[in-house]
Amino acid sequence: MKGSLAIIWAIGRKDLLLEIRNKDVVVAVAGFALLVVVIFTFATDLNQANAKLVGPGVLWAGIAFAGVTGLNRAFALEVEGNTLEALMLAPISRDLIYLGKALGNFLFITVAQIIVIPVFAVLFNLVVFRWEMLAISLLTTLGFSAVGTLFAAMSVRVRAREVMLPLLFLPVVTPLLMAAVESTSHMVNGRSWSDMSQWLQLAVAFDVAFIVVSAFIFQHILED
Amino acid sequence: MVSQATQLAVKAEAIVKNYGETAVLRGLELSLPVGEVTVLLGTNGAGKTTLLRILAMLTSIDSGNVSIYGTDLSRNGPDVRALTGSVLHSPMLYADMTIRENLMFFAEMYRLQNVDDLIAQTTEKVGIEQRIDDRVRTLSHGFQKRVALARALMHDPQLLLLDEPESGLDTRSVSRLDQIIDDYRSAGRTVVMTTHIVEHALEIADRAVVLNNGLVGLNSANPSGDRAEILAAYSPDTESSGSAHQ
Amino acid sequence: MTKVLNLLDPLLILSAALMGLTLYLIFVWVPTELNQGAVQRILYFHVPVAWGSMLGIFVVSGSSFMYLWKKNEKWDRLAVASAEVGVVFGGLMLLTGMIWARPVWAVWWTGEAKLTTALILFFIYVAYLMFRAYFPPGAQRMRLAAIIGLIGAIDTPIIYFAANLWADAHPPIIAGPAADAESTLGSDLGMVLLASTLTFTFIFIYLVQTRYKIRKSEDDLIELKRASTAAVMTGAN
Repeated sequence: MKGSLAIIWAIGRKDLLLEIRNKDVVVAVAGFALLVVVIFTFATDLNQANAKLVGPGVLWAGIAFAGVTGLNRAFALEVEGNTLEALMLAPISRDLIYLGKALGNFLFITVAQIIVIPVFAVLFNLVVFRWEMLAISLLTTLGFSAVGTLFAAMSVRVRAREVMLPLLFLPVVTPLLMAAVESTSHMVNGRSWSDMSQWLQLAVAFDVAFIVVSAFIFQHILED
Repeated sequence: MVSQATQLAVKAEAIVKNYGETAVLRGLELSLPVGEVTVLLGTNGAGKTTLLRILAMLTSIDSGNVSIYGTDLSRNGPDVRALTGSVLHSPMLYADMTIRENLMFFAEMYRLQNVDDLIAQTTEKVGIEQRIDDRVRTLSHGFQKRVALARALMHDPQLLLLDEPESGLDTRSVSRLDQIIDDYRSAGRTVVMTTHIVEHALEIADRAVVLNNGLVGLNSANPSGDRAEILAAYSPDTESSGSAHQ
Repeated sequence: MTKVLNLLDPLLILSAALMGLTLYLIFVWVPTELNQGAVQRILYFHVPVAWGSMLGIFVVSGSSFMYLWKKNEKWDRLAVASAEVGVVFGGLMLLTGMIWARPVWAVWWTGEAKLTTALILFFIYVAYLMFRAYFPPGAQRMRLAAIIGLIGAIDTPIIYFAANLWADAHPPIIAGPAADAESTLGSDLGMVLLASTLTFTFIFIYLVQTRYKIRKSEDDLIELKRASTAAVMTGAN
């Protein structure tokens, strides 16, 4: 068990090191999400009521679409130099490769949100620096990385990878997206934890189901 | 305990591998004893690389059985992969990490101990120690290939799989490679390789296996003696690129 | 060799006969529902195709699971056949539903839980088919497609639960003239729906079976091509 965690962390840390050198993924995700948020400030009349109404949806739709770009990029980096095969040669089980890659993606999307959410808060004039936001963000990012890593690994050999990944990813994460938008909406309207508890439970159920299933299923994806 | 002499490093029984409409391996049978250096020959598409990838457990087979050192690959845990070390067509390295960072990372993946000493020894053996802190991106293809060889040797595998290891290497590196292969044989380990320098490979190998259209066309335990026959089986009529004739 | 299209296929004859009977029941026998008017008759198609698309999802999930477990190509063929037929039925369901909802609910579309769920599932299975179309054929495609099928199955209850929570938070707009009125048809409605559902189930099975056979022929053809290239290459030596 301890050995397994070390392997997962080593893969995640390796991705982090490469990301610090290249800044490929975080820049793509944060840049794309920021543009969505900014463009929506022009697309709607942002008075206080409207901001509360559309803000949460804009934020999470932006992060979901930007996340797809980042997930695509993150997996492409592992495939371009065939390094994924080098990982597959190692005497470690495939679920550790999956969890390591998912950890990397989780960290990248989290960092991107640290950039995007404050800008969103300023442009939409909404109070988002609350513990609730942290919980929502972590749960959503966890589910995005769990599903996204799996589908990104599946899409790498597809002809139209950039098209295929969002087509697979977005419908499957819709319940999680609903949970994120609804909880955020409760939060900006000043409601309490108990109002959003059902949504947060749904997000937890989603995350647990897909992390377990994906880790279990990942071995079937890698061999050709 | 099976004696070393009779134990097989590789045993492939009726293996079939198809890619869509293309049949790559069509019921291939092959047994390779422990302690031999085998060179796989065959025209492009004969199935050499696919066979190596199957032995490296990167490619699954459609039917048949493969075992390495008596362990069936279809029923293996990940630990079996520690038996093999592979240098395949691409060097499979992280271009934006240094040689040392790459080797450190893979040492962790193989759960190795005394990593610093190990890296020092292995890089010296393949002759890359002077550029150990350079990023892989800055290295030539041949140099990257040597880094890949270092990675394959680091965990001291029983079975070394080499797919055209000489490509991109200068003559000095090739003789260094020969030395490594020779050491491997002396240590009672096994090497399976493909090559594009056929004449040279026939001199250093203990066995030559010619693959023909997904099957074993010829299996010779005396490659330098059966030279003419092997070359005839390998290139039936037309000469392909990278041919043996000089 | 399997013959794919056989006009004397008992399932085809049965489906055609039942369809004749169902059309008679829908357009001649059953009286017009008084609150909704003639448009209500579309439900006799809408409900059965919705059932067919559900059946499709169910078979895709089941056979995807079986493929991953047994690695037998027949499960992959069954999965792709029922996915294709299921997506066609799903498309018809969405279309007939909207045509019915416009006069009765006064909207084409609304955030009702079943509608949301149906739409998301439709997208997942369209993505499933697109993935199959883009991916090179072979064992890996079967494996990956089966995984998507399985993920869709796991996601279904979560989507349904989320869609219900969503509908609670945003009450769907159902404001048509006859949205809440009791049906004036009594047990006749159930009778016709049952007959129609049965008919469409047979059509579903017939279509899946036919698609399965086509798939089998395609696989046989690939096998033949492989064998013939191998024979040519061996002959050359």
